[in-house]
Order: sequence, then C-alpha cells, then structure tokens
Amino acid sequence: MFFNEEFETLPREAIQALQLKRLKAMVARVEKSVPFYKEALAKAGVTSDSIKSLADLQRLPFTYKQDMRDSYPYNLFAVPMEDIVRIHASSGTTGKPTVVGYTRKDIETWSELMARSFVAAGVHKGDIIHNSYGYGLFTGGLGAHYGAERLGASVIPMSGGNTKKQIMIMQDFGSTVLTCTPSYSLYMAEAAKEEGIDFRDLKLRVGIFGAEPWSEEMRLDIEGKLNLSAVDIYGLSEIMGPGVAIECCEAKKGLHVWEDHFIPEIINPETCEVLPEGQMGELVITTITKEGIPLIRYRTRDITSITYEPCICGRTHARIARMSGRSDDMLIIRGVNVFPSQIEAILMGVEGVEPHYVLIVERKDNLDTLEVQVEVGENMFSDEIKHLQALSAKIEKQIKEMLGVTCRVRLVEPKSITRSEGKAKRVIDNRNKA
Amino acid sequence: MHVEQISIFIENKFGRLAEVTRILGDAGVNIRTLSLADTSDFGILRLIVNDTEKARTVLKERGFTVSKTEVVAVEIPDRPGGLADILQVLDADGINVEYMYAFVERCGENAVMIFRFDETQKAIATLTGKSFNVLPGERLYSM
Repeated sequence: MFFNEEFETLPREAIQALQLKRLKAMVARVEKSVPFYKEALAKAGVTSDSIKSLADLQRLPFTYKQDMRDSYPYNLFAVPMEDIVRIHASSGTTGKPTVVGYTRKDIETWSELMARSFVAAGVHKGDIIHNSYGYGLFTGGLGAHYGAERLGASVIPMSGGNTKKQIMIMQDFGSTVLTCTPSYSLYMAEAAKEEGIDFRDLKLRVGIFGAEPWSEEMRLDIEGKLNLSAVDIYGLSEIMGPGVAIECCEAKKGLHVWEDHFIPEIINPETCEVLPEGQMGELVITTITKEGIPLIRYRTRDITSITYEPCICGRTHARIARMSGRSDDMLIIRGVNVFPSQIEAILMGVEGVEPHYVLIVERKDNLDTLEVQVEVGENMFSDEIKHLQALSAKIEKQIKEMLGVTCRVRLVEPKSITRSEGKAKRVIDNRNKA
Repeated sequence: MHVEQISIFIENKFGRLAEVTRILGDAGVNIRTLSLADTSDFGILRLIVNDTEKARTVLKERGFTVSKTEVVAVEIPDRPGGLADILQVLDADGINVEYMYAFVERCGENAVMIFRFDETQKAIATLTGKSFNVLPGERLYSM
C-alpha cells in the first residue's frame, strides 16, 4: 500500500534526476535570499549554475546546529515572514532553541510525507490514531496530526502526559494506532497493567515510535507488551519534523528516507568524507524542496548507515539503518565509544531484564566509571543472593566483551528509575559537574 | 510439609526496611520470623508471616518485587551437636542447604531452624525418614 505510489516507487534514475533539478533550484534560492548561505557558498566557490551532477553536492558547505543557533531566531529563513505560516523550535536543553519556519507549501509537503509514513507503517483511512507526541513547539504532535488528517484517518490529539487518561481514551475511543516515544509506550504498558488493563483487549494494531533511539530488542518487548506491530519513525525539527524517514511494515528493516524531498549522505564525522553504502557514520541531510528554511548538508549528529538495495515493499527510496544514537549521546568512557542503545540491546538480551535502565557516568581519581542501574522485576528476581549476583556479573561480562568497557551493574528496586512521558533520559553524566 | 516464605528485594537505602515492616504492620500482618541477606548494594529480606498472601499483595501494590519460596522448618534438639546431626543426615543424602536461619520461638524444649534446600521434597523425606520433626507451615504461622 502506498499513499503516493508514483513518487514512492520512482526508478532510481528518476529520483536522481529530480534530486539534481531540485538541488539546483534550492541552492539558487538560498544564494539569493539567505546571507549566511550566500557567504558560505561563495567561500566554497560554488554557485547553483556550477552544480552539474549529484556528485557536486560534496562541494557544498555543511550546516551545523550552531549555525542555526547563531541565526536565532529567523536569520536562516529564506522567505519573508509574511510567507511563514508556522514556527516550531527544538527543546533547546542547552542555550537557545533552534527555530524553524514553514510556508504553507512546507506544511503541505510535511503532511504528505507524514501521510506516506503512516501508510508505510500499515495505517489506513478508517484508523483511529492516538497521537501522544507532544503538541507545541516540539514538531512531533502537530507533524503526526497533520499527516493523519491528510491521510483521512481520525486523529485524537492527546499530546503527552496524564497516562491514566490516555489509557482510558485508548480503551473507550477504540484507538487502533499509537504514536509516541518508545519509552513512553512501555510506561503506558506498565501503567495499564497496574490498572488491570490488558493491551490484548484494546484495538491497537500499529505503533509508530520515534524521537529517541531504540533497539530491535526493545521492539520485540513493545510488540509483546502492547500487542501491536511497532515501527520506527525518524525526523528532526531542523529538517522538517517526524516523517523524514519511516520503516515499512512489510520489511521493518531500515527506514525509507523520502528522497524526492531530502538527499541523505553518510559521512565520517571526523574527516567529513562521504562514506560508501553500508558504512556507519553521521547522517547528513540536504532539504531540496523546503521553502521556509532550506538547509544544505545539515549535520544531524545521528549515527546510521544507508542502503540503496531494493526493498520488498516496492518503495525505491533509500533506507537508513535504525539509529545507533546521536554523536552527542555517544559516551566516551576511558576512550571507548559507547552508545546507550548498545547497552540497551545487551540488557534486553538477558532473560527477565526489564527495559528500565539508566547509565551513570562519573570520574573518580581521573578514571571514568560506568554504572548501569537495572530494575529488578519479578521475572529476574531470585530469593538467593548468588543468583542475583550471577546475573549482574553476566551483564557486566557481556558489556565488557561486546563493547570493551568495564562497568558495574547495580540492581535497583522497581520504579526507582524515573519514567518519562516524552524522551527517556538514559544517561546521567556527572563528569563535568565536579 | 513445607513452609511458605516471602522474599523481598530491598535496595540498601535509608529507611527501606522500616517501610516494608510498616506496610506489613498497617495491613495487620504479623511477622513470625525473618532474616536479611545483604550485599553492598541490595538485600533480600526473607519473612515468614501469619498471612503470606496478604503480605505479598500489599507489598506488590506498593511496588516491591516479591517472590514466594518454599522452605522447611525443622525442630532441633537444644543440645550440643543438635544442628550437626541434622546437617550430617542431609549431607549424606547429597542435599544442599542454600541458606538457613533460626526461628525466634521455641517449640517446647526444642529450637526451630528454617532451611532453604536445593531439593525441598527430598530433604523433607530424608528428615522425616530419620525421625526429625518437620513442622508444617500452619504451626509456624500461628506460633
């Protein structure tokens, strides 16, 4: 099933021809209307006319998150404010938020791409979409909302929080699709269980989870606990919001990037060289149709790989692998690179371990220490100390063997790790606080 | 013939033990005996109470991880070598003691020990075969 079959199944040559045409047009627009790009392009010695093939993309300068902060709030906008119909901003945990503006056409594009994403996930007209992404400056809520309406499904604008009410509404309104962060879905499952509600009695069929990295093991856990088919969605406000890429329900193997609107590249974050298909590196995206705030080679800091292999679903758009994490989530512990998602995958592979964990990094006597706190649920509890200690030792050993980092596992009581109704906080890094 | 014991996972945090015992007290559950096994991070509180199901329910409601274990209560003659005699019999039959602790009340002239074995049923058979007095749960809960 497709939302826009013609574009979703375009042959590769046609995608590339369209990308080149749109790339040139976008560069022509920003070199005229955005002083930042005018200067950056001049410095790189590139003009829109000198772009002859997609390989020329590599000659274009990168755009960094810091450039967006420096342009706060509107200096990267490529159209007059009177053409901007919507403004969103990132959460901005450090310093000023990054601000993005959308023209009416941008909103239409976003709605279409989100509608395509819903269909790829197995959603159709007639579904009741329970949208628990936050509404507001964050792009999640409204992005999914507009996509749902564009598709013609019924959307319930829940936003995050008030979990008991969420569950009541899911039950009473007959929600068939759930959209939220993967960690919030598990929190809901836990809350429902406490209320004595079985997800098998709900009508949920599809869950579309994103806005934070999660593992394949966590997918199996969510699918089991919520009794639905869980797919991964990717997006970021700088590029558009949710719906930049989506897993298809047919393969659930990599997320299709809507290449008629975005050009993805994978680079080595240190050397900045473009990496071949299949290699892990930082995802860089160029928006080729955006009007409000087009971005050239935006450094997402998300770590993934790309494949152009045909997919069984029939979509011809390239697929990026499930995110391993963000380069800024990456922990460097005694010189070893560790992503929280890698530790999650190991934990979820151990019998009985619940997906509630937090990583605590500290520096003691100039040495980094990693503590992994894991909640002891009924499935892993034993009345005998030696069994619990053997379990901790097993996790420590696997982390050491698979990631090359020494850690200490600390078993903690259930619910002692803070639950999140939005993005889960998996890492507490106390190293720079002292 | 076994005795039901509940085990609770407790982090080594200030006030946790007080909280568990308060929850049980407020629910009208009376603790018959207990033992605490601990490590630097966490402990396992093992309890024999007058109402196992109730204790388990109220603790679970309050978010504790609780499990039920089968243990064996044995009367031990209160004289030198009393405990050694029992352990020797078990040893001879290849039965392992995972842990043990004393019951606070005496049973007539005798002391009472609580054992956790790797093979509960076999241990009970061995002990009763050698004429040791294995106490049923009901006796202990109401002692």
